[in-house]
Amino acid sequence: MLTYLVRRIAIIIPTLFFVSIIIFGLQQLLPGDPALAMAGEERDPSVIAFLRHKYHLDQPLPVRYGLWAMGVLRGDLGESIRINKPVRDLVLEKLPVTAELAGLALVVALVIGIPAGVISAVKNGTVIDYAANVFALWGLSTPNFWLGFLLILLFSVDLGWLPASGFVSPAENLKQNILTLIMPAFVLGNAIAAVMMRHTRSAMLQVMSADYVRTARAKGLSERVVVLKHGLRNALIPVVTLGALEFGQLLSGAVLTEQVFTIPGFGKLIVDAVFNRDYAVVQGVVLCTATAYIVLNLCADIAYFLVNPRLRA
Amino acid sequence: MTAIPVDTERAARDLPDDQPWKRALRRLVHRRGAMVGAAVVLFFVLVAIFAPLIAPYAPIATDWGAVRKAPSWAHWLGTDEIGRDVLSRVMFGARASLEAGVVSVLISLSLGIPIGLLSGYVGGLLDGVLMRIVDAMLACPFLILAIALAAFLGPNLTNAMIAIGISAMPAFIRLTRAQTLSTKVEDYVEAAKAVGNPHYRIVLRHILPNILAPIMVQATLAIAAAIIAEASLSFLGLGQQPPDPSWGSMLNTAKNFLSQAPWMAWWPGLAIFVVVLSFNLLGDGLRDALDPRHR
Repeated sequence: MLTYLVRRIAIIIPTLFFVSIIIFGLQQLLPGDPALAMAGEERDPSVIAFLRHKYHLDQPLPVRYGLWAMGVLRGDLGESIRINKPVRDLVLEKLPVTAELAGLALVVALVIGIPAGVISAVKNGTVIDYAANVFALWGLSTPNFWLGFLLILLFSVDLGWLPASGFVSPAENLKQNILTLIMPAFVLGNAIAAVMMRHTRSAMLQVMSADYVRTARAKGLSERVVVLKHGLRNALIPVVTLGALEFGQLLSGAVLTEQVFTIPGFGKLIVDAVFNRDYAVVQGVVLCTATAYIVLNLCADIAYFLVNPRLRA
Repeated sequence: MTAIPVDTERAARDLPDDQPWKRALRRLVHRRGAMVGAAVVLFFVLVAIFAPLIAPYAPIATDWGAVRKAPSWAHWLGTDEIGRDVLSRVMFGARASLEAGVVSVLISLSLGIPIGLLSGYVGGLLDGVLMRIVDAMLACPFLILAIALAAFLGPNLTNAMIAIGISAMPAFIRLTRAQTLSTKVEDYVEAAKAVGNPHYRIVLRHILPNILAPIMVQATLAIAAAIIAEASLSFLGLGQQPPDPSWGSMLNTAKNFLSQAPWMAWWPGLAIFVVVLSFNLLGDGLRDALDPRHR
């Protein structure tokens, strides 16, 4: 177990190193002098010289990378040039909002995707299986921002049941918080539910033809016990790992969902930063999402290792 | 003794003396979903090509007397906030979306296949370093990386296509590398080495043609993802810039008029959905046709 953990963590280090190079390299894509871009409309030479010195633009590239990477390791992600706040503080401020949205979306994805996958596999080749596959294709093909519009038109404009936009903190008003997040969570969870459904269906089809399932049936166990206890429990093992890979999709989707429903989270932070040419914030957000993705995948791999007795043996 | 049932129709379709490509094509033709997908894709390609001839109005022609008009005989899909015909804009928008889908995937393929071939064929330290870089790129969520690239490159359709192409590239590197690793140990590759073929010839003549099938499937599915990504970037204002139409930028405008003019949001969104669904159906069909184990 310890050897596995050490080896798995060791792989993360070079990956994180290359992530940092990619993110640092983004700044080099800026056409012309970054100091000029950061100075915006003001082209005061003293301001430009100050920015060049402050952001070490007068240093060679490897030195600049080294200084930037050392700062990141100390938790210093730079400073927002528009809001004049450390990027770390901005990220920490917006993170709980996106985490809540992503968490609820994951619940939606699991509640829809796993039962749909199980039913589809158990009823393989029937109309129900066909309908579940159509649902998966629908989920994979619908742009989530468009789905958001359709839900707003139905539930906010026509029926007036749910607020069309905005966010209320759970500490402020829990009921209002949930009402504002129902539609965004469904929109975000929908595509992931389709992927989870496909993974679960495929894993269940494989498991249900295994010898131990046939043995369970031969013992006279009810179909419900066979499917849920012997089938689903084993099928869920690969679904955990494959599901973790969808975390990136969740974060990408959050950017668009937060834009549609005007939710002040991580996604809105990066989009606003892009339009404000606040490049340190863009870099900070990409770095945090990539790190979170790597760490969550590590957790999923460890969970996979722990729940699969064959790997522990 | 019971007779073994024989699917004569399938057996006839899979004649052993046929070329694999012909067999795959015949299997693809028999998949209804894939054929519907191909027909719809072809329809949109024709609409995009002939948009200047078939669109009832110019896509940027404004009519201040017909602002936000609901669908009518004069404007079948209604008009937008400055009186532009939504149908004409949807037709011209097909150009941006399909172009973005195809060009981004071509960028991914033209970079991903050579890198994947190199990594898989050479192996060793080079493979290790390249794979860590790919891991790092895959760790940055696809759309977030595309947003960051588009932000630093500058917001326009060309840069959006480059950003999507680069963000989608790691999947092609991984796939090409995996296929190369399994193909390079095949007997015919060993034989090609034994008779003294140079490395470039082994890779280009003996490995590449044999790994193209899964790459084609992935490319078809990636076009669907790239179309959604372009629409997403344009929706955020990082793709096609106004007044030129694209489905994503039309939705970006529509969000401000949802209650007054919902038709502005219906049609471009529906167009994205139908095209992406068609590419997904075609991709699924291709996968089943090229790799019968998936059936």
